[in-house]
Amino acid sequence: MAFGSDLVIDRTRSGEPLPERAELVIIGAGVMGLSIAYNTAKRGLTDVVVLDRGYLAEGASGRNGGGVRQQWSTELNVRLMAESVEMCRRFAKELEFNVWFRQGGYLFLARSAAEVSRLEKNVELQRRCGIPVRMLDAEGARDIVPELSLDGIAGAAYNPSDGILFPWPFLWGYAQQATKLGVKLHTFTPCVGIDVEPGGGFVVHTERGSVRAARVLDACGAWSGEVSCMVGVELPTWPIRHEICSSEPLKPFLRPMVSELSSGLYFSQSMRGEIVGGVSLPNEAPTLSMGSRLKFLAHYSRRLVSLIPRLGNVKVLRQWAGPYDMSPDGNPILGEPPGVPGFFLCCGFVGHGFMMAPVVGKLYAEWLTGGDKHEIFGLHTLDRFHGAGAGDVAKEDFNIG
Amino acid sequence: MKGKIIVCRCEDVTLHDVEHSIELGYADIEEVKRFTGFGTGPCQGKECMALIARIVAERAGVEAASVPAFTSRPPIAPTPLRLFARDPAGDPDDGAGSEER
Repeated sequence: MAFGSDLVIDRTRSGEPLPERAELVIIGAGVMGLSIAYNTAKRGLTDVVVLDRGYLAEGASGRNGGGVRQQWSTELNVRLMAESVEMCRRFAKELEFNVWFRQGGYLFLARSAAEVSRLEKNVELQRRCGIPVRMLDAEGARDIVPELSLDGIAGAAYNPSDGILFPWPFLWGYAQQATKLGVKLHTFTPCVGIDVEPGGGFVVHTERGSVRAARVLDACGAWSGEVSCMVGVELPTWPIRHEICSSEPLKPFLRPMVSELSSGLYFSQSMRGEIVGGVSLPNEAPTLSMGSRLKFLAHYSRRLVSLIPRLGNVKVLRQWAGPYDMSPDGNPILGEPPGVPGFFLCCGFVGHGFMMAPVVGKLYAEWLTGGDKHEIFGLHTLDRFHGAGAGDVAKEDFNIG
Repeated sequence: MKGKIIVCRCEDVTLHDVEHSIELGYADIEEVKRFTGFGTGPCQGKECMALIARIVAERAGVEAASVPAFTSRPPIAPTPLRLFARDPAGDPDDGAGSEER
């Protein structure tokens, strides 16, 4: 693999110190922070510093399955993801970076009448939004994936325009173009404290010096609460470990991402030929641990081999883990929390921030640069969990995997 | 020439690829792994890690021993899914197999 041009992207490595001040400091160089940085710079706000305590792709942005789907249960998420898919299609051309995006579809499998009606309800909504999704019976599912065992399959939903991408180059593409536009990226620069200035603005302290910032944006995924606490904001989010694994590469045979509702099993074949997938484990306690467990690999293997028996002889090469940033209603937390004007949140994406990042970054940048404030920034606020209006946001219940 | 010196045989990564990654700023061994793909094939770094750690150390001007290996991922060797599928730890309600690696 070889990507990119002869540009120095990372200021840390070139030894450049942090600038004294910036209009916007984004904490977290995951896909969300980098997408926002790229989009604000594209709209002319280039006085932006992005900080990360580790390397690019160290957190959940570098640890996910790369799925990009429009099969959601709320109209808002269906429409947002339809736009994100379009942006993924254009990503390689616009950002001059190949992210190996492939629209092989998403096939959701139901094992009970209740699961079938759940899919039917979603499919009706998604079709109203113009998504080319359709219900299939078990035989129809096997037409899409001939290797499937139909034992116990009651029905399926299939959308051919969903897809997968390779997460790492997505980050490098955003980082490279944001840097070209003037954004300063500093990895290995942990934020250790934030002062709220009496007259407005912030001083962000890091292990490598301090930056004065007019505005600060917290895009730290499952670690966001650690940063928001520095300005006195407590988040109702919590981290749950999700494990994932990759097989030896195989000749391409599997077109869609396949997901089984009952177990949360999901798997797809990457452009490198590997079968990449995971499964839900019940009763997981909150943790930021990224350790790997036999329990996961054994449960995943059992579910996968029962669905596609022929995969039994395929070898697992490696397993790893990353945290989902869970939120109480399955929706993200955005905008300025009460009492801290100029401090912006972008977290709580429940394991699906990667696929949301293209569109959310664009919308956030529009708002931050004086353009339209999209309805998500009025709906998905921290204060929806408190006081008047609490509970008015439609719950997203299709967070699978 | 550097484009023809293979440093990771599983993924066909060349010396040039590694140097290009470091030049761009992806210079930590975990970053070089991701940017070049070295160590992500069947050997999972067992053949190539020491060599690439040495290159990373040389370019950073530090002792090779001070560059740690990238995080090792289970299983130790490529293992068929059917063997894991038979493991009692595959019952999610059972506490077995919860040790972290």
